[in-house]
Amino acid sequence: MQDELQEALKFIGKETPRKDAGDIVRGKANFIDDIKLSGMLHGRVLRSPYPHALIETIDVSRAEVLEGVKAVLTYENVPNWKGGLPPHVGVLDRKVRFVGDAVALIAAESEEIAEEALELIDVHYKALPAVYDTEEAMKEQAPQLYSEFPGNVFPLACPWMGPDSLQEVVIGDVEEGFAESDYVVEGTCAYDNIPNPLPIEPPGVIANWEGPEDLTVWSSTQSPYFLKVILHYAMGRINVRSIASHCGGSFGTKVAPWQLAFYAAALAKVARRPVRISYSKEEHFAAYTLRLGSRFSGKVGIKKDGTIMAVAGDWLINAGYCSDAAQGMVAVGCGEVQLMVRSPNWNIKPKLVCTNRNASKMVRGYGGQELEAAFIPVLTMALEKADIDPFDFFKQNYVKPGDGYYWRDGNWWVSRGINYEKAMQEGAKAFGWKEKWKGWLQPTSIDGNIRTGVGVGVHGNADVGEDVSEAYVRLDPDGTVLIYSCLSEHGTGQRSSVCKMVAETLKVPLERVSLAPPDSEVNPYEFGPVGSRGTYAIGAAIIRAAEDARQKLLALSAPYFNSTPEDLDTKDGFVFLKGEEDKKVSWKRGVGFDRTCLGYGRFEPDFSVPNFAMVFVEVAVDTETGKIEVKRVLTATDVGKIIDPQSLQNQLHGCLGSAGLDTAIYEESVLDTKTGRILNSNMIDFKWRTFLELPVFDSVTLETPVQTHRFQSVGVGEIMTSPAPPAVLMAVSNAIGKRFNRYPLTPDIVLEALGKCQKTEVRSRK
Amino acid sequence: MPERFITLFVNGEQYNLEVGERPWMVRTSHTLAYTLRESLELTGTKVGCNKGECGSCTVLIEGKPVLSCLTLTVECDQKKIITIEGLEDPQTGELDPLQQAFVQSGAFQCGFCTPGMILSVKALLDVNAAPVEEDVKEALSGHYCRCISHYHVLDAVSRVLKKAGE
Repeated sequence: MQDELQEALKFIGKETPRKDAGDIVRGKANFIDDIKLSGMLHGRVLRSPYPHALIETIDVSRAEVLEGVKAVLTYENVPNWKGGLPPHVGVLDRKVRFVGDAVALIAAESEEIAEEALELIDVHYKALPAVYDTEEAMKEQAPQLYSEFPGNVFPLACPWMGPDSLQEVVIGDVEEGFAESDYVVEGTCAYDNIPNPLPIEPPGVIANWEGPEDLTVWSSTQSPYFLKVILHYAMGRINVRSIASHCGGSFGTKVAPWQLAFYAAALAKVARRPVRISYSKEEHFAAYTLRLGSRFSGKVGIKKDGTIMAVAGDWLINAGYCSDAAQGMVAVGCGEVQLMVRSPNWNIKPKLVCTNRNASKMVRGYGGQELEAAFIPVLTMALEKADIDPFDFFKQNYVKPGDGYYWRDGNWWVSRGINYEKAMQEGAKAFGWKEKWKGWLQPTSIDGNIRTGVGVGVHGNADVGEDVSEAYVRLDPDGTVLIYSCLSEHGTGQRSSVCKMVAETLKVPLERVSLAPPDSEVNPYEFGPVGSRGTYAIGAAIIRAAEDARQKLLALSAPYFNSTPEDLDTKDGFVFLKGEEDKKVSWKRGVGFDRTCLGYGRFEPDFSVPNFAMVFVEVAVDTETGKIEVKRVLTATDVGKIIDPQSLQNQLHGCLGSAGLDTAIYEESVLDTKTGRILNSNMIDFKWRTFLELPVFDSVTLETPVQTHRFQSVGVGEIMTSPAPPAVLMAVSNAIGKRFNRYPLTPDIVLEALGKCQKTEVRSRK
Repeated sequence: MPERFITLFVNGEQYNLEVGERPWMVRTSHTLAYTLRESLELTGTKVGCNKGECGSCTVLIEGKPVLSCLTLTVECDQKKIITIEGLEDPQTGELDPLQQAFVQSGAFQCGFCTPGMILSVKALLDVNAAPVEEDVKEALSGHYCRCISHYHVLDAVSRVLKKAGE
């Protein structure tokens, strides 16, 4: 029966052009900067040159009188809106907390006038001492960023994940576990290079007030409906209509651009005209979203045969000056580390700290990447002692169907997902792992200065089934189908993939299925395509809506056949009697030309279906220059059923981008701890991979049916970055026989490890 | 300053633009990217960094790929400019073979960098009908793509080369 279902699929698993492909290659896809409203003003932000200071005086009188200036705002006259978790960041504040913090806002007829007006604002600051390091920030004498967070520590509760959101990993008794271990190792590792996910399109928001309590925002958000909800609560329960443009890359960072919305809406309120806030690339670098800083210090106990007995340690997380999702990332990170490795005893205590640098917010990898990149190098010290192959270890110890874990909601879930062992095994075979692996700190090959080494990483996520999705599907009598889902297109092709699911469910040609625009006034609730949930959660809601509409169509058409809905089916815009396909009637004749059939579908959160991906890497290290070349990458995963082959493969390649694999070798934000400035806020000094440096990239992608999805499919997009950084660290360690406990491994760090260069003070990654 | 006009030939259309300080005029400080997007409403030219670092604003001037965010409009007097909007057949709307290949290969994710990449490859193919893969990579080396669609872009280029060779 299942085989028949698969055989009959016309669009799923087939290569079909994305619905927006023509627009994209013609330059007709509208991104946020392509939207222009009549009378729209341009907003700009004056930013603090100090990492921590009080504004003593601020004089905007010269700016206000500049011709073309329509609104000027300071902390003295902004609305009382608050964002962050818990709410702690206003539109503007008298206190500034990082270099780049907002000091004043201007709206003007042109960007040039707005820029000029910024120069005319006179500010006198009282500089305060600043703190950048998590441990320093928690000390008694440390400068305090917020009076409500004594010791600079954020509370870990994340109410939107439930009343008992996960705030630690505590299972069993670690002391007993260590006592039963053959080897116990202790170590520290830092993944606190705070790289920038840096989508190519800078963030932007346009705001317009339709009435005193009615705000419309346009943005390149990844989650238009969720943004509406955030703004509704942050801005005093106003009505918000949220419309998404095409999104020029997000990787989590554009889920909730509430700060830009604050600025644009506050200015628009005063100017009584629409206002656009569009960040420059420099602002995108220095005043938008970074990855969390992460350090793990702890112990791992292991038996000789590789059975892990206990993990205990402190997880120190640096959120920068504000948190809006970091608590959620801590919760998911605490869950994901348990998916990666089953241990009977755990005691991981996170601490979430604020410091005087730009904020770390939502990013692909969402807590798990940050924790695992810091934890795995400590774990592998134990594997080295026991002489255990890391591939064997990961394959044996990741969570399998029937195994349990505490997830972000604080509840214990048991996996009913698929078994990824086969995918891992086939990945290792295709990579040649067993031939290339020569043991811990052993190179795969040596050729003069060039030493090669291999590494492997694994990552899983049970957020595939996170949060709620709702959808409507409307069948029009002319045989076309319209999907109402507040799903924006952020690059995964999901808006096209859900059309394939609906075309398949209703057996209609793909070109007859389309989506309403991503507008919260048109569509029902949608959390958004995050955490690989697009296929599984959003897809399920839309498929259910299509099925509901189908049932209504059949019920309405039944009288025509003097039959019951159960005896009817539909195909190509006709309803027919099962077994007698020639007895058919068009939708229009079946239900009438003046009737549409509207179906509703909803997906409820379900954390029982984790996905997994393994990444194998081979690197070549030049021991003379310290340069690392990634020679080969292989991803291994299982997606149940491929929906769209090209979109899937693109997502797998994403492993190299968005602050993923390359955070192990060159991606970092270099923070000068003397001035608080990020020194490389441009695309020359912030390093990125070009076409000339592409590694050989292979993928092993299996299709083991996932029984909990209509088309047996599960998403994997989000997780592809996360296994890679520690795999690269491992590969470099093996190539040159030196352990590392920091990222990225820039040439100076490699040469320092080889004893070929002096330790320098060029970087501070606090 | 005496007012004067400059003439741009964009996608085969002639535009006479007045240079000056008034709101509708081209200022001497305006970049070509700004003029194309804001004055001519050709928003297919995307601006990712506005500093010449990401390649997304690439257009063809006299057949050569140029970063329009680093080019002043007043420098382009009498120049022939091709933007992404100029590639399709103006009569039928049929896509250029290169655009078709990008569609068929799914050579984009978010699609923001796509117009610039297509134009850089177009410029390459105009001077080298049979480039090897290294030539293509070199031509695209200034284009930033954070989604990592590089492999599919290379596939699209080989697809169009294969088709041209048939």
